[in-house]
This record gives sequence, C-alpha cells and structure tokens, in this order.
Amino acid sequence: MIDDKGLRSDGRRPDELRSIKLQVGVLHNADGSAYIEQGKNKIIAGVYGPREIHPKHLIISDRAAIRCRYRMAPFSTDERKHPAPSRREVEISKVIREALEPSVLSEYYPRTVIDIFIEALQCDGGTRCASIVAASLALADAGIPLKELVSSCSVGKVKGHVIVDLYDLEDKYGEADLPIALMPNHNLVTLIQMDGKLSKEEFDKAFNMALEGCRKIRNLQNDALKRKYKLESDTEKSKDSKEEVK
Amino acid sequence: MSTTPHSSEILTLERDHIIDLASKGKRIDNRAPMDYREIKIQTGIIEKANGSAQVDIGQTKVIVGVKIEAGTPFPDTPNEGVQTVNAEFTPLAHPTFELGPPQENSIELSRIVDRNLRESKAIDLTKLSIIPGKKAFVVFIDLNMLDHYGNLIDTSTYAALSALLTSKMNEYEIKNDELIIKDNRQPLPMNDYPIPVTFAKIGKTLMLDPNIQEENAMSTRLTVGIDNEDCVCAMQKGGLGGFEPSEIESAVETAIQKSKEIRKLIMEATR
Repeated sequence: MIDDKGLRSDGRRPDELRSIKLQVGVLHNADGSAYIEQGKNKIIAGVYGPREIHPKHLIISDRAAIRCRYRMAPFSTDERKHPAPSRREVEISKVIREALEPSVLSEYYPRTVIDIFIEALQCDGGTRCASIVAASLALADAGIPLKELVSSCSVGKVKGHVIVDLYDLEDKYGEADLPIALMPNHNLVTLIQMDGKLSKEEFDKAFNMALEGCRKIRNLQNDALKRKYKLESDTEKSKDSKEEVK
Repeated sequence: MSTTPHSSEILTLERDHIIDLASKGKRIDNRAPMDYREIKIQTGIIEKANGSAQVDIGQTKVIVGVKIEAGTPFPDTPNEGVQTVNAEFTPLAHPTFELGPPQENSIELSRIVDRNLRESKAIDLTKLSIIPGKKAFVVFIDLNMLDHYGNLIDTSTYAALSALLTSKMNEYEIKNDELIIKDNRQPLPMNDYPIPVTFAKIGKTLMLDPNIQEENAMSTRLTVGIDNEDCVCAMQKGGLGGFEPSEIESAVETAIQKSKEIRKLIMEATR
C-alpha cells in the first residue's frame, strides 16, 4: 500500500488530499445545496428550512430542530447496497448532525426545523467527512446563519504509516481510521470517531494531520462559496440558471 | 432521520446549577471531576447464557448476556467467527424509552460497544471458525438496559467485557460434515480487554462518568477506548457541542491512566 518512495497506491504522498471539486447551489428546489467530488466520492447535500416542523411533538421551544439524513444510494458501492437504512447510516446521520449543529445559530429560528438531506451517490472512503463538507456549504447556501463553515477530514494508519484522506482500499486494509470535523476559527472539534489501533504518539500525530487537512479543505469551501455568490452578483444571473449536477 | 433531542424547562434550571458547580470544579453528587461512581460487577447471573454479567455504575444498571451459537461466517472473513452486538433500551429502564424498533441512541450505543471489542480484537474470532466459509460460531452480545442513570456506554461495555470474560462455550467435533456439540465446556478465547472511558464537557470542564443530570447539562461527550497496550482502539464524540483539540489530547492521556484502574477491577471480578 506504500511503496519505497513513500507513495501510496494511488500515487499520493502521505499528507496529500485527493482532488476535491466543490459546487454550491446545484439543485433548484432545495433552499440550499452543494455537491462534492473527492476522488471517486460523489455526494450531494440539500437543505430545506427553517420551515414548519411535523410531527409537532418535535418542536423545540427555544431553537430550531435540525434533522439530518445520510443515505447511500443502492448503486454507490461495489456490491449493491440494500435501500433500507442500515445501522451504519443511522449512526452516521447522527454524528453528521452533531458535527454541524454547533455551527448553526439555531436559536434564531425557534419552533422550526432545518432539514439536511445527504445522498452519497458514489462511495469511495471518507464519505462522512465529505458529506459534512458538502452539507455545511448547503446550509450556507440556504442562507442559514452559521458561526462558520464546518470542515472535515479523516486520517488513518496503513502499514504503520499515518496517512490523510483514505480512499476505500486504504480504509479496508488500514489499521486505523480517525475522522474529524473542525470549525477552524473557533478551534472546535465537532466530530471525532476512531476505530483501529493507535498509540498515544500515533494518535497525536494523526490528530494534528487531520486538523491540518480540515484547514486546507476549509479554504476550498470558502472559494466554492465565493465562486457562486460572486458569479451571481457580477452577472446578475437569475436563480433559474443555477448549474445542474452532471 | 436524526433529529435534535429536546429537554424540558425544569431540567434547564438544573442544568444551569450543574454548569455553575462545574465552573468551581464541583459536581452535583460531590464527586471530583475525574472520579467514577462506584462500579459493581456481578457475573454468572444467567445460567442459561454462555456468559452474563450485571454492571452497576452508581444507579445505572445494565445486564449483558452472551449466547454462542453455530452460524455462517461473513464472506469476507470465511475463517473467523462472528461478533454481533445489540442494545435494548427497554421501557422499564427510563420513562423516555419507548417500545419499537431500535432508535439512533441504541444503535449508536451498540456500535460503540461493538467497535471497542472488535477493533481491539477482544474476542479471538480466529479460533471460532468451524468449517471455513461454511460454519462458524456467532457470539451474540445482548445489552439490556435495566436502569438508566447516566453513562450507558461505559456501563454496557464493562458488562459486555465481564460477560465475555466469564463465557464458556461447548466443545465440538465434526463427523461427516455434521457438527456435534459436546457437553464439556471451555472458556471463550479472548485476546484483549478494551476499556472505554467517557468524558462529559460541562461548561468548560471535563468530567468523567456523567450521571443523568450531568448528561442533560453537558454540551458534548467523548468516549475513548483503550486496549491492553495503552493504545486507543475506539473513539466517539456525541452531543451538540465540540471540543478544543487540546481537550481531546488531554482526554486521551487521562483515559489511558483511568482505563488501567477499571481493567484491574474487571479482571478481579471475572477471575
């Protein structure tokens, strides 16, 4: 998985991210949306709200409730994924919601709901991180007040080497995986999970590498957001001519 | 869909009190920030299970039963047994637990317990293959909440580990591709004893082993699982807030120290 020059099976250096393509405002109906391609990962996130909440017992009197669904398309993996929500998807929906929630000023919209829908169209490792990156952009695109964008990146260990942004194959044969989400300006980690085996020294190294990855991705997010909103104000395009997903 | 949980107004008053105490380094039940409540471990309480344990941390009670049955191995690990964890939030354990299919909290709990055991390779699954690719033992670990008074993650994992450490499985032989189970029993082969340690962040203070009032007051929680070799084997953050990176690094340090004490306790109780 790592050759003698220290390069990975897809030619990347240990601290090199996959190529990332971000697009904001890709859907017509959703109040906000964003699309991410990170290597072979292709994920689209849409946000509706703040809007009226049903069923009513979910109302929170002093803030907006946030609902989040992460879903893998049946055709997103090598073997077809059964369309029913798996336990993994249930857990990931929860951790993504909890990663984004600290960034949302939900107290501005009491008794409403903000819905976040994430469709993983093609999965190639690190989809929860890529989903957070896209969903945070979609929230911003929906005009929901945020403290700042949430960025996310994973780090793992393969054959004793600590490497950033694992793709599927590395994830499968790796010895550890550590996904992180970060609000860089607030210096706040809003998602951390780990599985595998890391000594304290390895953990500290991996953790700092993941934080660095998050900061890099955050710059890409800023650019993506500027691209859309600059374009619209410069050329005064109507909302109907939003770019569509290819 | 995962939805923001809500808390009642009365609890909000209590929450302010707990956050105020935390800023002075105090807790509502007079513990020091890095103290656990009393941990009680009983094993072998269900004779019909291969292994069982009840762990109480303070007033939180969880009972775990282990059943080991012959089944089919996963196609990607044909030479290994199977580990499966399920958590039941029975309505008797808390007024907010309802009947019905597992909700996200019980799915998350079972996946954290599973991750701790699986990633540390706690059960030696390589010794549980019967006929490679065809038959293997399945270790069913069922977590049964009895009384929820905070920190179900640690309580459940300690109970699961105690039950596994005292589990016995029947010897067997294979005659003409037929599995014959014999009467004599031997211990379930174990490799590692992972210990998760759960922190709550209340105000700006980290506290270990939050009780239910503290769970309501915490902005966020972090579980760090530590294996025999003092390596991190599992982590999970939960809740609506976040941690500063330095808080996470010091939590890992604390977890490594704390896990040794708790592992000793479990090893003594299951000897």
